[in-house]
Amino acid sequence: MFGSITTDMVLAILPEIALLVLIAVVFVTDLVVDEKRRGILAWTSIIGLLITMLLTAFFAQPGAEAETLWGGMLRHDWLAYVSKLIFLFGALITTVFTLNWDSVRFKGEFYVLLLTSTLGMTLMGASADLIMLFLSIETTSIPLYVLAGFLTDDDRSTEAGFKYLLFGAMTTAVMLYGFSLLYGFAGSTGLYEISAAIGAGQIPAAALAGAAVLVLVGFGFKVAMAPLHFWAPDVYEGAPTPITAFLSTASKAAGFVVLTRVMIAAFSSVQAEWQLMLAIAAVISMTLGNLVALSQTNIKRLLAYSSIAHAGYALLGVIAASELGAASVVYYFLVYVVTNMAAFGVVIVVSRVIGSDEIADYAGLSRRSPGLALVMLLAFLSLAGIPPLGGFIAKVLVFAAAVQAEFVWLAVIGVLNAIIGLYYYLIVLKVVYLTPGKDEQKALPTPRPQAVALVVSIVLLLLMGTVFAPWYQWALNSASALF
Amino acid sequence: MVPVSYYLALAAILFALGALGVLIRRNAIIIFMSIELMLNAANLLFVAFARSFESLDGQIYVFFVIAVAAAEVAVGLALIVTIFRTKHSIDIDELSSMKG
Repeated sequence: MFGSITTDMVLAILPEIALLVLIAVVFVTDLVVDEKRRGILAWTSIIGLLITMLLTAFFAQPGAEAETLWGGMLRHDWLAYVSKLIFLFGALITTVFTLNWDSVRFKGEFYVLLLTSTLGMTLMGASADLIMLFLSIETTSIPLYVLAGFLTDDDRSTEAGFKYLLFGAMTTAVMLYGFSLLYGFAGSTGLYEISAAIGAGQIPAAALAGAAVLVLVGFGFKVAMAPLHFWAPDVYEGAPTPITAFLSTASKAAGFVVLTRVMIAAFSSVQAEWQLMLAIAAVISMTLGNLVALSQTNIKRLLAYSSIAHAGYALLGVIAASELGAASVVYYFLVYVVTNMAAFGVVIVVSRVIGSDEIADYAGLSRRSPGLALVMLLAFLSLAGIPPLGGFIAKVLVFAAAVQAEFVWLAVIGVLNAIIGLYYYLIVLKVVYLTPGKDEQKALPTPRPQAVALVVSIVLLLLMGTVFAPWYQWALNSASALF
Repeated sequence: MVPVSYYLALAAILFALGALGVLIRRNAIIIFMSIELMLNAANLLFVAFARSFESLDGQIYVFFVIAVAAAEVAVGLALIVTIFRTKHSIDIDELSSMKG
């Protein structure tokens, strides 16, 4: 327990250390630089995040065997490694999207909060203990509450922040109650020790399944699955759009990493029970998300319901509780993060020029900016699951995992839902490409940094759909760390 | 020593009261107090179990939970003040500018 600190231990938390240094640098820069030159804050964050990503990619790579370090608090395995890279990428693209946005880019606290939330996520991806898990979830959530309500002169933003906080605080309290019961059953807070204690002990399955329900309430909120999705549309609509992008990608992915790890590691003795609960949640999420999305007129709300539906698809991989299932969840989020970042990137650029998030105002976008329209086309087709884009492979994998685990009925419902989904994505694309708009002659310029971020996302999206092997190897490595 | 089952029962009652408060009351501050009640039900369980196992993990957990709850309430009150400035009310039913 009191062993000395080894290089391995430090390398395992290298991303966290780098982020912490970056947070301190942004803080100090904000203090010493005068107000007119604070534009460098965003660039500091971008360069810092790039360096953190490179350091993580090259030095924090785990070995073949998963290790539990820092007194059992953190797990150093491939799942943690890949998920950390996903979160850092999400934070990086989000920061790029805030450039040229005057209401936040001169505010150091915005970037500090964003980076702190990312730090929480990287810890979430590696948590191996109930204490660490609770703290990392809160380190992620509390800054996000503030960020969602960051635009204090906009009623909808403060309302979004407050709703997010209320739902978040309540579901966290329920989850914590579940954790306390779990501690009581097992006598230990280590996720991997809990499973051993439960496997050996004589805890009634009903009590354990009850604790699983309480814990799932907390995780379900983070991933915005039905029936815990009520906050998502309002928060997505009201929050500043880059934060919406961050919430719907990195924050959701973090929730899924934790969900997969905890369900498989700690609740393996009541697997049939939680599989059934999650199957019901997945069916409601997919069906409700897709059906309600059909009637949306605001693009951010449409993407919110679409993200609820996508939580449902990804749940199929968790439900399978197999190596293929866990790999499909990781692959799903590799793809989903780049796809949704591209989709929200277009929304951010367009809404800064036309000042509206209504789908009707996207009419004629293909004439005003063919590039943005093309990005939107590719991102939406990937969300709908059309080959040769990443979304297709991701969907095939989760459905295959469900079929392999003998949940054929779930896969069938998933495929039917994918067809409904295709309909509303195509409706938006029809407005973008075919409907005549009023200002068709006026070009709609994309600022260079945003254009670079969009191109990077789209290239990754195409790569994940065509050059399938290296990404799948990452996903498989992550999955094998769990079993 | 008082058996753990007594603490389990008390914690369950506290938790149910807190959950009811969140669902029934419309005043934002009272909702926050109810959430605190739910968190403290979990804290009570942690401490009771830590005592019965004679391990410190549960006690340490409670310290962290108290600190996190304080941070959460600070953010919550800040948002309540911002909302009160424009709406002059902290009734959560007034928060309905977004629909669909």
